[in-house]
Amino acid sequence: MWPRISTPSGIVEGLAGWPPPVLDPAGPYAGSVAALSWALIALAAGIFLIVLAALWIALRGRERLRARLGGERAIWIGGVVFPVVVLTALLIWGLTLTRNLSEPAGGPELRMRVSGEMWWWRVSYLDGNGRAFMQDANELHIPVGRTIAIELVSPDVIHSFWVPQLSGKLDMVPGRRNLIRIQADRPGTYAGICAEYCGGPHALMGFLVVAHAPDDYARWLAARRAPRAAPPDRQSARGAALFVSAGCAACHRIAGTPANGQAGPDLTHVGSRRTLGAGILPNNRGTMIGWIGNSQAIKPGNRMPPYTVLPGEDLQALAAYLEAQR
Amino acid sequence: MNASRTSGAVPPAASVSETGFDPTLFDRFPTSGERPEGELGELEHVWRAPRGWGLLTVVNNNYVGIFYVGAAFLFFLLAGILALVMRVQLALPLNGVLPQETYNQFFTMHGTVMMFLFAVPAVEALGVLLLPQMLAARDLPFPRLSAYAFWAYLVGGLAFFASIFVGLAPNGGWFMYPPLTSTAYSPGINADFWLLGIGFIEISAIAGAIEIIVGVLKTRAPGMSLDKMPIFAWAMLVFAGMIIIAFPAVIFGTLALELERALNWPFFDPTRGGDPLLWQHLFWFFGHPEVYIIFLPAAGLVSMMVAALSRTPLVGYRLVVLALVATAFISFGVWAHHMFAVGMPRLSVGFFSAASMAVSVPAGIQVFAWIATLSVGRPRYQTPTLFLVGGLVTFVLGGLTGVMVAMVPFDWQVHDSYFIVAHLHYVLIGGMVFPMFAGFYYWTPMMSRRPLSERLGKWVFWLMFAGMQVTFLPMHLTGFMGMPRRVYTYLPGRDWEITNMISTVGAFMLAAGILIFLVDLIRNFRFAAEGNAGNVYGGGTLEWLPTGLYSTRSIPLVTSREPLWDRPGLSREVEEGRYFLPGSATGNRETIITSPLRAEPQYLQIMPGPSVWPLLSAIFTAGFFLLLTVQAYLVGVVSGLVAIWCMIRWLWETDRPVRPPTADIGAGIEVPTYVTGPSTHGWWAMVVLQIVIGMIFLMAAFSYLYLYGVHTSFWTAPPAPSWLALLLPLYGAGMGLAWLARVLLARRRSTLWSPATALLFGAASLLTGFVLDCLSWRWSGLDPEASGQGATVYGLLAIQGFVTGVAVLIALYVAARNSRGLVTRPRNNSFDLAVLFLIYTGAQGVLGAALVRLFPGAV
Repeated sequence: MWPRISTPSGIVEGLAGWPPPVLDPAGPYAGSVAALSWALIALAAGIFLIVLAALWIALRGRERLRARLGGERAIWIGGVVFPVVVLTALLIWGLTLTRNLSEPAGGPELRMRVSGEMWWWRVSYLDGNGRAFMQDANELHIPVGRTIAIELVSPDVIHSFWVPQLSGKLDMVPGRRNLIRIQADRPGTYAGICAEYCGGPHALMGFLVVAHAPDDYARWLAARRAPRAAPPDRQSARGAALFVSAGCAACHRIAGTPANGQAGPDLTHVGSRRTLGAGILPNNRGTMIGWIGNSQAIKPGNRMPPYTVLPGEDLQALAAYLEAQR
Repeated sequence: MNASRTSGAVPPAASVSETGFDPTLFDRFPTSGERPEGELGELEHVWRAPRGWGLLTVVNNNYVGIFYVGAAFLFFLLAGILALVMRVQLALPLNGVLPQETYNQFFTMHGTVMMFLFAVPAVEALGVLLLPQMLAARDLPFPRLSAYAFWAYLVGGLAFFASIFVGLAPNGGWFMYPPLTSTAYSPGINADFWLLGIGFIEISAIAGAIEIIVGVLKTRAPGMSLDKMPIFAWAMLVFAGMIIIAFPAVIFGTLALELERALNWPFFDPTRGGDPLLWQHLFWFFGHPEVYIIFLPAAGLVSMMVAALSRTPLVGYRLVVLALVATAFISFGVWAHHMFAVGMPRLSVGFFSAASMAVSVPAGIQVFAWIATLSVGRPRYQTPTLFLVGGLVTFVLGGLTGVMVAMVPFDWQVHDSYFIVAHLHYVLIGGMVFPMFAGFYYWTPMMSRRPLSERLGKWVFWLMFAGMQVTFLPMHLTGFMGMPRRVYTYLPGRDWEITNMISTVGAFMLAAGILIFLVDLIRNFRFAAEGNAGNVYGGGTLEWLPTGLYSTRSIPLVTSREPLWDRPGLSREVEEGRYFLPGSATGNRETIITSPLRAEPQYLQIMPGPSVWPLLSAIFTAGFFLLLTVQAYLVGVVSGLVAIWCMIRWLWETDRPVRPPTADIGAGIEVPTYVTGPSTHGWWAMVVLQIVIGMIFLMAAFSYLYLYGVHTSFWTAPPAPSWLALLLPLYGAGMGLAWLARVLLARRRSTLWSPATALLFGAASLLTGFVLDCLSWRWSGLDPEASGQGATVYGLLAIQGFVTGVAVLIALYVAARNSRGLVTRPRNNSFDLAVLFLIYTGAQGVLGAALVRLFPGAV
């Protein structure tokens, strides 16, 4: 139904702006809102045309028509009765939908926690007791057809969690815990972005939601939980050592290694991520080297210091090591 | 104290009169016979404006109004230039025109300047400029206050804007959400510029609002009962009423955030019992009514112009007035629709959704009233008409998207996306900017020798209108495409560059239109209070009477809504001095004070002339705030003290009775020239001021209760209600002594000093109460830095301390006047107002002390 307006050249799959994600839902929580959106657009366009017609009559219309518009009766009908009827109907629809959207869709829910931090996303996968069993960053993996209940928190300033194809947005307010539900009905990669101004590089605070078919999700989860191998080659082994000695480990954690920093994104699975820098760069050796070397040139103001002092081979080794963290 | 008693007329039945004034006296107008020679000359002499540098001391509304409009327009241009640069930055993905930090400052300044330095001052300025003319008052009731409000705004606004040239402009968004704007995440003084700069400009807005309320209610031409008032006056009355209710919320908010930043009081810090959402409630309780504060006066202008250009009275006048008032009421119930995405309880979401939709009903009434008026009349297709129709179309579209975003699930999608950017610009440009430009074209002939050019005007309109649509229509789609607001750049490959490029092109079209307007202005605008181009568009309201700096030669008796249409000879009769006050009755600047409902003459107000003190007060008040911002505390405090001294000098020469005690305001109607008590303009202004302060107090009390509800566990300090046994009598004694002072003043047998002494003891009692109130919390160990309870309790005390300080100052001032024999007996205005203020101070002290000691705990 959507005409193609340009060749998808998104640096990352899923980051397209066309078709407009708000009107191109991929799950029930966004779907009902998209339906509402279309209805509202049609209604607004209709009323707008009626007002334009009235205005036309007032300015250029025939005497008889103008006479009918020119009195208090027209004001009562156009300004009071008509809006009250339309608005009441809309309000009932809106409030019903609001209730439905804030309730579980049925079936067992998966639980996650996403913490918006300046300027990235800390992602935790929660078990039935609400305890985190797996950490990640800037990417959420979900199974298709399941409702995911996500706790939204923030340790610093207010952020807002928005994946237009899966749901409306909800803020992450320090000191509060909000709950949003999302669900994808078809596999794919869905772009998310911070929608509340949070200072500095707020513009560059994106993330991805990757929806897998149920079997793929199970395989993905199993792979994530499999024991981790040692660095596969000499270069990555050197990278592993550098990761600690150059100071990376002070802020970043890699499970199963001494690196246990909590300030920055968890890098245990960084090699498998689709993006770097919170949804702004495709993830490959080159971008990884560029990011480590001087992330400030790419995303000014982010909390990671530039490592321009590291020689090229060190950056290569670090990138190789991180690439292997899948 | 009323006219009929002094004129010796028989008091008529109470049902037809509000004040006991005999309406049959109105039958004496227009008078006949020659006016004495030299009368007009004296009027001109009394009202002449100072020349050269002396123009800085001018207080007449013609001058101050034009300066005011000009300054507001300057800020419109400046904020518009910021927007253009931002549009250039966003034309291409990852563009490098503006670095991140600069962009963040630019969008913060664009929003802040447009809202606080352009929109509100612009409509206030139009009020200062147009209201006295429309009401046929000689001037607004407090000309020096207008001058002060203007200078404070200009000096403060320019200094605030200059922060962008040194990279110190605020960068937290015009909404300044903490914690982003708290010291932890905004350590620089950028945020302080916003808090102190805007806090200061709010004071100017409130001064203007007081002026407008009293002006509209007390200085209308005789006979102009409320139902004959021009719609613009209604709109300004509602506007000013909304300001005094809404602005206190943001004043308290900025105070609290500044206290958090400067003194570490955790109003908004959730780790110590504050809550970031408290700011959002305070800010939007102001912020949404703000939108209607901007829109309603513009809607008032539209109602005036639509009627005049259609050459027929406004259809549905009463409905439109009702709509204005209804908008004001409903607008205070919609603030949380800016917070649908913060995770509110479903019940509140439903309430705010319903209210947000309901507010579109009064807007619809006005839109259809305009359409109906256009249908009845034969509108002329001149530039103002184009702007009116273009504004109407634009506003309707913005209103419709407004209904869309009032639907909560839809808002969850588009909130903080470019859809909202589109929506708000449609509403504000269609609802305020286009009507304002219509007004520029329509009212320029009132104060310029030449009208603006119709030919250029059509270019201005079509470029602005097309530019507006090209800029903002695609933004709806940009929002649907997932682009959030307040982003300094975006990634390539998301197709956002297509709509963004279109928007940028449109922005330049819009700017081109405004540029041509400037050309038109330079070519044709020549300020002239007399000898202006006159009633080019054939309006029927009083501002089109022939005027000088003294306003109209004589003040007409108003018997209908469009007097100029209904009485073709009115202009000539007014010019011949056949109505009220054809000259200067006492040799001073003066205007007739009338009753609020029926506009019956009550007394003659003696008005102050040019003075340097409002200017100096404004400069040093601005100095106080700005020097505090840059942390030059000592110089700042000195500047503040100088400001207070300037204000006292300014006040010192006011409130002096003149000779004779009564004056003939035309046709032998004698009214007093010095009146005291509740019918005076000063009394009304004081009551309005007390509502403002009371609202600030209420906001602090709300914050206290709100934080208790959110973080009860932080409420640790004992409330110690027993202290009330000491505090309440002290505050009560302060109020009682103040009242006693007024009684003593009226008693013939009391000495010269006894009333002033009672007043001083009253102030001392209030001060003692306040000091003990503070000490009791100090001794209880409550630490303002430790918890939300500490912050809000001391926040309430801070307000009480400020009010007490002013009360002491006022008492000293009145005592000083008394010592110089400037306090008249049995009644005196300065004295009355001091008493009122002291009683208010005591009442607020009682409420504050009781609230924090009885709740929670005793209740």
